[in-house]
Amino acid sequence: MPSLGADMEAGTVVEWLVKPGDPIKRGDIIAIVDTEKATIEVEAWETGTLEQVLVPVGEKVPVGTVLALIQGAAAEAAQARPPAQARPEVVPAPKPPVVTAPPPPPLLAPKPPRGRPPAGAPRLRISPLAKRIAQELAVDVSKVQGTGPDGAITRADVERAAKAPAPKAPTAPPQAVAPAAAEAPKPAERVRPAIAPQERQAMMRRAIAAAMARSKREIPHYYLAAHIDMSRAMGWLQSENLKRPVANRLLYSVLLLKAVALAIREFPEMNGFCTDGVFRPSDAVHIGVAISLREGGLIAPAIHDVNRKSLEEVMDSLRALVKRVRAGVLRSSEIADATITITSLGEEGVETVFGIIYPPQVALVGFGKIIEQPWAMNGMVGARPVIKATLSADHRASDGHRGALFLAKIDRLLQTPEKL
Amino acid sequence: MTTDDKTVRMTYREAMRQALRDALSRDPRVFLMGEDVGRYGGCFAVSKDLLAEFGPERIRDTPLSESAFVGAGIGAALNGMRPIVEIMTVNFSLLALDQIVNNAATILYMSGGQFNVPLVIRLTTGAGRQLAAQHSHSLEGWYAHIPGIKILAPATLEDARGMLWTALEDPDPVLIFEHGGLYNMEGELAADTGAVEIDKAAIRRPGSDISLITYGGTLGKAMQAADELSQAGIDAEVVDLRTLRPLDTPTILDSVSRTHRAVIIDEGWRSGSISAEISARIMEGAFYELDLPVERVCSAEVPMPYAKHLEDAALPQSPLIAETVRRMVGAS
Repeated sequence: MPSLGADMEAGTVVEWLVKPGDPIKRGDIIAIVDTEKATIEVEAWETGTLEQVLVPVGEKVPVGTVLALIQGAAAEAAQARPPAQARPEVVPAPKPPVVTAPPPPPLLAPKPPRGRPPAGAPRLRISPLAKRIAQELAVDVSKVQGTGPDGAITRADVERAAKAPAPKAPTAPPQAVAPAAAEAPKPAERVRPAIAPQERQAMMRRAIAAAMARSKREIPHYYLAAHIDMSRAMGWLQSENLKRPVANRLLYSVLLLKAVALAIREFPEMNGFCTDGVFRPSDAVHIGVAISLREGGLIAPAIHDVNRKSLEEVMDSLRALVKRVRAGVLRSSEIADATITITSLGEEGVETVFGIIYPPQVALVGFGKIIEQPWAMNGMVGARPVIKATLSADHRASDGHRGALFLAKIDRLLQTPEKL
Repeated sequence: MTTDDKTVRMTYREAMRQALRDALSRDPRVFLMGEDVGRYGGCFAVSKDLLAEFGPERIRDTPLSESAFVGAGIGAALNGMRPIVEIMTVNFSLLALDQIVNNAATILYMSGGQFNVPLVIRLTTGAGRQLAAQHSHSLEGWYAHIPGIKILAPATLEDARGMLWTALEDPDPVLIFEHGGLYNMEGELAADTGAVEIDKAAIRRPGSDISLITYGGTLGKAMQAADELSQAGIDAEVVDLRTLRPLDTPTILDSVSRTHRAVIIDEGWRSGSISAEISARIMEGAFYELDLPVERVCSAEVPMPYAKHLEDAALPQSPLIAETVRRMVGAS
């Protein structure tokens, strides 16, 4: 079970898209997994043949659980070559079957050892049965009020807590889905969420709360803001869009995405992960785009390699991503590996976004509404479309000086939109 | 006495006597011996009239030496007989502890499997009749500690009637603990009732909220508490262990796995008791089913008092069982 976010602890297998004996290529979507936030398509990280499915449909397992065994070509290679050559994900087992390791775990939050509370925390009083049921129902026992002897949490307390957000029992296994073997059905058709919408909403609220609380607790944020004159960018976009069919027109957010991606080249300290207090910059630029969900909550899946994509490609990716988010189907890679996040609340009319960094990322760029306002330049005042860009950054990875230069660089890039 | 064609009304004592009569009639190797079992008809009148019916060869009064007549029973068993030895109370059986623990329980093993001891010992156990501290203790839990013997505790008419024959058929020593308070218990028994199996505990009352695990003399008190609790909407299950060695652990764990709460009611003292053993097995086998700590209702850890009010206070009683259950169920 891959970690599909810092706040994810477990996932439910909703569907297997491959069966034992099927050939698998790296990057193939092999399963659909339901998490607290969304239904995620799980990609294979190995090429080979599916040997055995270990977690059946409907089962909820913790992150890190082996979902399936892939008989890999890589296994022989790993045995033949010196260990340094072997990919870290490949476990060179004495026998051929290769354990599919979870994807590289940048977002995997370091967890305390099982069953032991963090140092200093009082031990939770919970009955063994209540603890077991809490795991099954994915109830966060730290938030459950115990009514048993000396405030111990009992089964009834856990069941009450599980029912509180939604009256429906959340663990009912989903209907078995018979996938068409030959052709891959469209994502929207094969989604069978294992979790009732109300329940998911409550779970998502808890997940967002956990991630944001962790961010505010652990990350020393600093905040910067700058006004950016968007007249050149908007002018260029208008003339560019006139040349395009309506379906292919670009949104200004694409320019913002690309500008941030290109600016990062000079500011690697804004792009990557800070885990255990150590910052590791990322070579790839995967920009998480905060997308609000209709039923409430939000999710920030990544557009991959934005710095290497053309504006058209970024637009296509964005469009596809929004569509999949709304449909509730995301891929494991895009949900797990954003290296920086952009949030834009301009459509809602706000001017300034004070962002909270999504851990373990180290920066979040916010954009407000484009407002036409007086803008003085060279002693002249004119009306210009202006956007306020904000940066929330992790002081462990960078300082305000560099953050200011980063925003200035974004500004500069947006003044030559044709080069984006 | 017959109430209809199918059932007969009788006491626990009569059921036990029928069992003895049945065994003596069916197998010429069976004989009964013990203190006052013949002319006096047994201290608790279980063997009344049997002397006249079966004669002094098969209903034998013995000298007042538990060690001697239990030893004689072991010898008879080794030589092909099927002796039933009656020890007046479990307290007196301590005089025969050497014979029971060092001989009866071990000879099969010590002889390399050559000699088994098909001996049945009947003992009265328990308090409640103002017989004071030398006649009232419940030491069956002690015996349940010993490998090589089986420990039965018939708590119903059916078991009183049916366990003896099954015990006699067993190739190894079996101790049957008859609670003294049960002899006058009266009820209906199927006219054709016969031998019963002795390997399984019985669910005497199914329930879903809590498991009351008990045996022998406290079964009735647990049933009474369960009835009272049902008025309050608490659905208690009552498990009658029937056999203390070997314990029917699966039935215990199965019950606790359904109710998630357990109280053990044992007339023995709490420390180092069979109730402690059961509690440990629940913890070992059903830890993740438990919603509350296992609780126990046992006798006060004093020599059994003679005074009526003190004896009543020292023993597990149904109000205390019910109160314990209410506290547990109310708390979760």
